[in-house]
Amino acid sequence: MSSLAVNVELPELQNPLMPYLRQDRIPHIWCPGCGIGTSLNAFIRALDEMQFDLNKLAVVSGIGCTGRVAGYLNVDSFHTTHGRAIPFATGLKLGNPDLKVVVYSGDGDLFAIGGNHFIHAARRNMDLFVVCVNNFTYGMTGGQVAPTTPLGATQTTMPYGNFEPPFNLPYLADSCGAVYVARWTVYHVRQLTRAFKEGLSKKGFVFLEVLSPCPTLYSRRNRLGDGVEQLKYYKEKSVVKNGADTRDVGLSFQGDIVVGTFVNRERPTWLEAMNEHFSQRFGDRYQPYGVHRED
Amino acid sequence: MHADPKGVLTGLHFIDGDHAACEGAIAAGCRFAAGYPITPSTEVVERFAARIPLVGGVFIQMEDEIASSIAILGAAWAGHKVMTVTSGPGLSLMMEHIGYAAMTETPCVFVDVQRGGPSTGLPTLPAQADMMQVRWGSHGDYNVIALSPNSPQECFDLMIKAFNLAELYRTPVFFMMDEVVGHMTERVAIPRPEDIEVVPRRWTSRKPGDYRAYEPGEDLVPEMVKAGDGFRVHITGLTHDERGYPAMNPQAQDKLVRRLVDKIRKNAHKLVDVRGENLEDADVVVISYGITSRIAAAAVEEARAAGRKVGHLRLVIVWPFPEPLVAELASRVKAFVVPELNLGQMVREVERVVAGKAQVVSVPHAGGTVHQVEDILAKILEVAK
Repeated sequence: MSSLAVNVELPELQNPLMPYLRQDRIPHIWCPGCGIGTSLNAFIRALDEMQFDLNKLAVVSGIGCTGRVAGYLNVDSFHTTHGRAIPFATGLKLGNPDLKVVVYSGDGDLFAIGGNHFIHAARRNMDLFVVCVNNFTYGMTGGQVAPTTPLGATQTTMPYGNFEPPFNLPYLADSCGAVYVARWTVYHVRQLTRAFKEGLSKKGFVFLEVLSPCPTLYSRRNRLGDGVEQLKYYKEKSVVKNGADTRDVGLSFQGDIVVGTFVNRERPTWLEAMNEHFSQRFGDRYQPYGVHRED
Repeated sequence: MHADPKGVLTGLHFIDGDHAACEGAIAAGCRFAAGYPITPSTEVVERFAARIPLVGGVFIQMEDEIASSIAILGAAWAGHKVMTVTSGPGLSLMMEHIGYAAMTETPCVFVDVQRGGPSTGLPTLPAQADMMQVRWGSHGDYNVIALSPNSPQECFDLMIKAFNLAELYRTPVFFMMDEVVGHMTERVAIPRPEDIEVVPRRWTSRKPGDYRAYEPGEDLVPEMVKAGDGFRVHITGLTHDERGYPAMNPQAQDKLVRRLVDKIRKNAHKLVDVRGENLEDADVVVISYGITSRIAAAAVEEARAAGRKVGHLRLVIVWPFPEPLVAELASRVKAFVVPELNLGQMVREVERVVAGKAQVVSVPHAGGTVHQVEDILAKILEVAK
């Protein structure tokens, strides 16, 4: 022992957001420079700022890197099958309408294998908050082409560059009937936190697209540098256009990124429509479902 | 616990098996169903959609069978008793979620009104050709329970049992109807609610913090909670430890998968439900299930009238297969005759258990209609010589 050792009483320091995580599951699996953790941080900050009742929150994920979000959050959380987070969440929400149900998953999970469920849940205005972390690739399986991969980007299954046009996700959500549609990147942490708060407060099918770097696969294969380089790209090329026509917000390879809140409107949810319809049809004989729930 | 009177249509009805199955589900406490139209099963959910608004519950027609089969699992974790209803092609699409239900130990009932296959096959005509698919169809090792009703009355009665077993064992339970049973109209007596015994969910008595989602009880089944009650559970289809956390190693895999299989295997003696007739002095035993049991019963009666010592063993619970019972019979009879509306599925179980101690004869039928009594009778007479 060095004689220079000094005993200093350090206070127990803890990140005030740590109680939101299952600390016995940390460290997480995400790579350095990945933006999923940043998006989760914004989500947790939103919950904290809203003092959200965590016992009334359920998070549902599909499969993939973003699919692991459910496992780290200290709430009722469901890690489901590939692509099927939305129909699971539909059953969970209809099973207990008192819950706020957030679907947190990746672009491949939600829009390739799960695309059918997304469009129908949006059409029905199912009361779900769907968060898509879009990193343009399949991270967990090693960087294959996704329905979001920009034209020209290289992926393991598009080794000579992608020739399939990608989805414009906000346009897809808008045209299917989502009541709230926004896009931010993980560079925009304040705006992202605000969007999470708006999404948590909004009733109906809410869609938030979060652009995130995948330095290990997408950036490396396309020689785009590390996570910081992608954040610089987000900073330089992002254009805030709230209320933009979603037809105009498609993404191109390293091109401009339109961010903002594109859609914010009102429409009866599936459950509201059902209760309203049956009340009209059956009158007093109908007890609106989920309104005075008996357990 | 007795049935909730709100869901029970006590009295005599003249309805088909699909409708009776729906009434059984509602009487059993099912308040959430999701489904996708497919012949010959659709009438079950049509009736559910018509009945449930005034009973208090939800039906949703999902975009496909994949969605239906996981929407019910979400509703189960919200606290509901749940079912989905389908037929062959839909059942094939549901396979991944049957595995997910087995892995996450989610109580649920899958109704399969069987039709001829493979593929689109014979949508409007019967078969019993999904018997092995429901036992082995999803990847990996797991175990299930399957029941096979042979009348509209049993579609009601056994459906209540199916829901009760799903709660007791926290495993997918299959209700293996077929097109004939589904569309056959007969008298169905629905008892008073106080005469219907329903098994409630095995809710934990523990407090949050004390509770581990996959800590098994003595019968290997863990206690359950639901979302929204403060337990903050994590549920995953990944191999998991007793906390429910992913555990990617061979030890966790061995412990979990063995328990999933053993909770049925080691309780199999409690899961025997058969109807035996004339087994005491039998030289030959016909083993049948579902609609085929009604044809087999006629063949057995004719063989008895012709002086042959023939018995009939009808499997009401088909999975788990009643191994000790069939093994005991094998030690004292000459032969088994196994008619089924497939080209030989459950007969493989009979052969495996009989293990050469007696002759086993299949009476296969590719489906599209039921057997002729004469076909089964001929086999009986052939082996009873």
